[in-house]
Amino acid sequence: MKSEIKDIGDVRIIRLAGKITIGAGDVHMRELVDRALAEGKKKILLDLEDVSTIDSSGIGEMVSCYTTVARNGGQLKLLRLSPKINDILQVTQLITVFDVFDDQQEAIASFS
Amino acid sequence: MESECPRTAALDLSSSFQNIEVAERVLVDLCNGSCCGQDDLDRVLSALREGLANAIRHGNRLVEERRIRLEIEVTGTVVRLRITDEGEGFDPGTVPDPTAPENLLRPSGRGIFFMKQLMDRVEFSSAPGGGTCVTLECHIGQHDGSTHEE
Repeated sequence: MKSEIKDIGDVRIIRLAGKITIGAGDVHMRELVDRALAEGKKKILLDLEDVSTIDSSGIGEMVSCYTTVARNGGQLKLLRLSPKINDILQVTQLITVFDVFDDQQEAIASFS
Repeated sequence: MESECPRTAALDLSSSFQNIEVAERVLVDLCNGSCCGQDDLDRVLSALREGLANAIRHGNRLVEERRIRLEIEVTGTVVRLRITDEGEGFDPGTVPDPTAPENLLRPSGRGIFFMKQLMDRVEFSSAPGGGTCVTLECHIGQHDGSTHEE
């Protein structure tokens, strides 16, 4: 999995690309979120536009990141889901948990 | 398309997550030029990943020396996977529903749910040595490209 990090104001945008699957991207995603928290970034946006595949471990890690950020007083939101990932979030009911945006500006503005 | 069905393969794998990619390559090779289209192949690849990950993590408890037997069969109408581990066995009826509100924030427990969403048949049985055998079937050409709900 590849990643790109960008800060806009106090929002950390983590753009992920490739696979978020067991033993590979899932761990990398967690490390990026942990690093953001360690750097004091509590408003985190995961941009998933270029994620090709996600499995149950990747989804589980995303949920784990969400709860970790919330426990630390922050918010983790999702940006630009591919149709496949949107489908997975729908069937797992996790679409009711995550705030999801198609537009980056709108997503940034949504952080309180 | 010219196809030579059935096509079969059997792999004996150690319990390492790296072996999931090995198994994926074998499945792709087997399906190339078969009756299995890309959408069905994507489904079966996802289910294969979930089945092997479960066998490695929950069945064989990440003990690399424990083996996993993978059998793949591709016919003109079905792709069938059989994954057997060397674990203690388990009762799939005891796995909580990951879509229940109280389970939504659990970090694990979605693998079997994924397999059931992706495949037309998911069946668990006890292996002769005491482990678990899961059989996964995808009926070729019967899906519309989206994950189907049961």
